[in-house]
Amino acid sequence: MEHLISLFVKSVFVENILLAFFLGMCSFLAVSKRVETAIGLGFAVIFVQTITVPTNWAIHHFLLAPGALEWAGLPGVDLSFLGFISYIAVIAAMVQLVEMILDKYSPSLYAALGIFLPLIAVNCAILGGSLFMVEREYNLSESVVFGLGSGTGWALAIIAMSAIREKIRYSNIPMGLRGLGITMLITGLMAIAFMSFSGIAL
Amino acid sequence: MSMEQFFNRLEEGVSKSPLKWFSPLVEATHSFLLTPGRATRRGPFVRDNIDLKRYMFVVVVALLPVIAMSIYNIGRQAGITEFWPAIWEGLLVMVPVIIVSYAVGGFWESLFAKIRGHEINEGLLVTGILFPLTLPPTIPLWQVAIGISFGVVIGKEVFGGTGMNLLNPALTARAFLFFTYPGDMSGDRVWAAVDGFSTATPLATVAASDGNAVEALRAGSMDYSWLNMFNGNIPGSMGETSTLAILIGAAILLITGIGSWRIMLATLLGGFGMANVIYFLAGPSATGMMSLPPVYHLVMGGFMFGTVFMTTDPVSASGTNTGKWIYGILIGVMVILIRTFNPAYPEGMMLAILFGNVFSPLIDHFVVQANIKRRLRHV
Repeated sequence: MEHLISLFVKSVFVENILLAFFLGMCSFLAVSKRVETAIGLGFAVIFVQTITVPTNWAIHHFLLAPGALEWAGLPGVDLSFLGFISYIAVIAAMVQLVEMILDKYSPSLYAALGIFLPLIAVNCAILGGSLFMVEREYNLSESVVFGLGSGTGWALAIIAMSAIREKIRYSNIPMGLRGLGITMLITGLMAIAFMSFSGIAL
Repeated sequence: MSMEQFFNRLEEGVSKSPLKWFSPLVEATHSFLLTPGRATRRGPFVRDNIDLKRYMFVVVVALLPVIAMSIYNIGRQAGITEFWPAIWEGLLVMVPVIIVSYAVGGFWESLFAKIRGHEINEGLLVTGILFPLTLPPTIPLWQVAIGISFGVVIGKEVFGGTGMNLLNPALTARAFLFFTYPGDMSGDRVWAAVDGFSTATPLATVAASDGNAVEALRAGSMDYSWLNMFNGNIPGSMGETSTLAILIGAAILLITGIGSWRIMLATLLGGFGMANVIYFLAGPSATGMMSLPPVYHLVMGGFMFGTVFMTTDPVSASGTNTGKWIYGILIGVMVILIRTFNPAYPEGMMLAILFGNVFSPLIDHFVVQANIKRRLRHV
């Protein structure tokens, strides 16, 4: 249990998927103009990440990893070269599924998330989370915690960024830097601040 | 001809001559020495004796005891025991660093002022002196120049200049140097202005020890008693060593109302509270940083310097009163957490304040939203 808590803290702060690995930058830059939408997208990412990482764990563990097909009588088969395409397909399918379920049972949340829900399918943080899960050889409980933690870290970063962008809305920023330019610079400065956690061994 | 007339004539002359490129400099010198007679043309109007210049200047005045103590302490740490030679040695180290900081920072400030057509602001007055005070005495001058360039340009000017920056520019500059040239910013060799002389700061001593912290502090060749650390007779960054001098500065800031007492008190409470929690949870058998009594945390490293002069920067801190409490407590808690649990840095004040700066707009946002929600109930 202690091990899982430290994995959670590590994936939220120490190895923040956005500010330490710079994954998921595209939607981070695009959808961080207002705090409310950033909070919506942040929670959607947490939700999808927590589902897809364990699902991809199951796919990896029972189908793709070397020797994973032993249960089907094919112990020598190694399908790990199908990893990328399977994970992406799973992510897209999960996002679609989540979208349909939300549309059916919670139209208000569905309307609130709007376009951001399908956008998650192309969020590199989600694919990155699954690939880290494979690379670091997490087990099922670890992959659930890692999915939750990395999603939370991403949400924290985008919500903080959206508040900063609301604050600098009336700043007299040089012409060429307005919009994405200054946002990139802020991301770098935020990453410096998050260096306070780097080096913590958990 | 009075000074006033002289400057008015000079300003008029320069703005018409081929030298008009330098008119922001003339304007800055004018408003630095005298109060210009110009009034704001468009609203919002504030009728008050205090303007940006006076605001910033009070901070510089509050820093004077710290500067004096650090000049003396640089000499003392270099092994000079007599008073005046120690002062002289300190001046030889400190004055060039301050000159480079102001000159290079001033160059960028003027360049941006000229190109972007804003005035040269007095914010640099504070940034340019705060930054040298956070550096170790052995810092090479070219690194001072690079650091202040990064701090002024990336930390402040790209956001539109004074009053619009996100992070504290002096700390942005220091963080840049800290991660770019770690060998010149930390370690045991940088704290005394003598070649090849190595000495561990109190925090590094505790971080490196695997026994009881207080015993580790007593065991070394340096006198690391609580009182000595409070007075500032210890190695460290130039301005951070003397808690006594910093408290005099704090009194000036608090009496004039320039520094927010809420932020200072909240940072102090957050840090002291967190240190207590760790100290008592860890118990008497703990080692290293965990066994450091909470009162020691307050006089070691940059805790007080950061609390008094850095967290209270009104631009990068939270603006709402409730927000100030949350912001201060967040920083205080973060400092102790970094010091205790992050083996990469024995000191955490710089990164904790930058962390607080990043989250201060979010804190403000939620405080304002909560206030709106509360007041909507009475509509």
